[in-house]
Amino acid sequence: MTAATQSEFPAMQRMSYLDAIVQAQVEEMSRDERVILMGEDLAIYGDGKVLQAFGDLRVWSTPISENSFTGLAVGAAMTGMRPVVTLGIASFLYLASDQIINQASKLHYMTGGQMKVPAVFRCALYYGKSIAAQHSDRCYPMFMNAPGLKVIAPTDPADMKGLLKAAIRDDDPVVVFEDSAFWGLKSDVPTDPGFLVPIGKAAVKRAGSDVTVVGIAGGMKPALAAAVALEKEGISVEVVDPRTLVPLDMDTILESVAKTGRLVLVDIANRTCNGAAEIAATVAQAGFQYLKKPVLRLSTPDVHIPFSSVMEKPLYPNKDHVIGAVKELLDLESVV
Amino acid sequence: MSLAREQQREAYRRMQRIRHFEEQGMRLYAAGEIAGSYHSSIGQEAAIVGACLALRDDDYITGTHRSHGHPIGKGAKLDALMAELMGKSTGICKGRGGSMHLADSSVGILSESAIVGGGIPLAAGAALSAKARGTDQVGLTFFGDGASNQGTFHETLNMAAVWKLPAIFFCENNRYAVTTSVAVSHGQPDIAKRAQGYGVPGLIVDGQDVTAVYEATRAAVERARHREGPTLIEAKTYRFDEHQVGLSIIGAPYRTDAELQEYVQQRDPLALFKAVLLDGGFSEAELQAIEQEASSAVASAIDFARKSPLPAPGDVYEYMYANPIRYPPKARGVRG
Repeated sequence: MTAATQSEFPAMQRMSYLDAIVQAQVEEMSRDERVILMGEDLAIYGDGKVLQAFGDLRVWSTPISENSFTGLAVGAAMTGMRPVVTLGIASFLYLASDQIINQASKLHYMTGGQMKVPAVFRCALYYGKSIAAQHSDRCYPMFMNAPGLKVIAPTDPADMKGLLKAAIRDDDPVVVFEDSAFWGLKSDVPTDPGFLVPIGKAAVKRAGSDVTVVGIAGGMKPALAAAVALEKEGISVEVVDPRTLVPLDMDTILESVAKTGRLVLVDIANRTCNGAAEIAATVAQAGFQYLKKPVLRLSTPDVHIPFSSVMEKPLYPNKDHVIGAVKELLDLESVV
Repeated sequence: MSLAREQQREAYRRMQRIRHFEEQGMRLYAAGEIAGSYHSSIGQEAAIVGACLALRDDDYITGTHRSHGHPIGKGAKLDALMAELMGKSTGICKGRGGSMHLADSSVGILSESAIVGGGIPLAAGAALSAKARGTDQVGLTFFGDGASNQGTFHETLNMAAVWKLPAIFFCENNRYAVTTSVAVSHGQPDIAKRAQGYGVPGLIVDGQDVTAVYEATRAAVERARHREGPTLIEAKTYRFDEHQVGLSIIGAPYRTDAELQEYVQQRDPLALFKAVLLDGGFSEAELQAIEQEASSAVASAIDFARKSPLPAPGDVYEYMYANPIRYPPKARGVRG
């Protein structure tokens, strides 16, 4: 959350990231009867609370048919509804991706603007929990490469609520990646039902002057932890959260790099063609003159996520990796 | 309920319009005036028009890559359809869809999907939307025998049954998915029988008989409007042309010339219906006037399309988003 948000919406309620997801949906469903919820086993976890609050014609508890119920949502969106599809774990997005990419993302364009697809596709980035390779994917880069979608990855409760509400009100299909690393995170969230966080706007989550660290989705967690630790050593880190991956707010990132001249990118997705790669390429082309050092990229390597946690845990970028990268850019001795 | 006299006239008119449109379209394709690919609906006019005449103006349709017949069958004006085939800015999809995607929303066509089976969940989603909004609209999806082997067919039929959606699954079974016959790709030859497994009525109708198709679809529409749930209709039909104009087929022919000739000479839906109309008191002169009107309308559409401007190449980004956020992006020195 930014300082501007706090002054604009003074009334706050402390809540978790998961509660923010529930509250965003309940508020938007109360505000607009065109908003419907679809997905599997909605009675469990947060969506159970939405299910209780609304009747059968607003909440559609589906069979395990991800591709087709996603398609039903697209058809409903084209005919006056604003569906929120909850797809569970991000790996299941592959099953729905035919309808998301071949239909939802393309139909406004392919019909020459005759159709709109105001649908939201939600999923959880659920990794680091010993559930092996078919449940642990962090696949937002694939959807960043599908034009016509908007992609958001909020990393705190206020952004989660404000961006999800903005997604539901948006006239285009939006894919939402909810990082389980933040599920239990609690912070102050504006209670005003009119509170929205604009899609396409990054946030400077911590101001600093020596090095810019951009954290994508769960990458924000080690980015912020490293910034706090480095401050004690007298190193000033600016932490930027893109929040929206499509459209990416490169202006805010370039502005920060212009100030610090040093950039570390922290991305929990696999390395090849990930969000960090896109940001690094754009900074190299549009901000080369600002750079005092090469851009450093911390990603999960291109490997499947193993079940055994001793193999899994070291794969993701952590606080020590970020500290090491920042010190490398400052020509300081690294602790790792 | 059978076709009233004025409906018979309209049915013949629309079938003639499809036939003339396709004949001229194929000629223009061969001459290079139409780019891409061309899938003709000739032979399937009765199935298309019979189904469309059973619908209201505010009902919804999704279709297939063999897309030209559906909007014409639903009563669309021809000018914007022909202009789309020529890639003009006046095309129904502004030159962004083309031959496989002639969706005209002014007559209720939501989309024509060139992903086989891709449009099936969209129509059921429109039906879900009607149910959620409390209207008595229905959603009809045209699909082929090939699409009945896609997961979307089975998943969507199941969900439509579970939720008693006002959906009509209309299979234009033309016996061949490109070169793959029903005989070598379906466990048994009658696609309608698959409905039974989902607790849905399934019926077979002679797809060359426009009256029979209308009656079957009308009954399904009545069921849907009375909240009795979906129906699967299998119209046994035949395409007179190759899957796609100019397709090169290597090896043994997948269908015999004798089979084709039998349909062309004895099972042409236009000739069959003309005989019914003459028998029912229409005069040869009356019917010839309808044929002439169809021919003139197509000629006029070609003239409109030829005189229409091409889109400006720089307009390529338009319609990417209904609500563009900093789109198209700044070039930032990037080429491409």
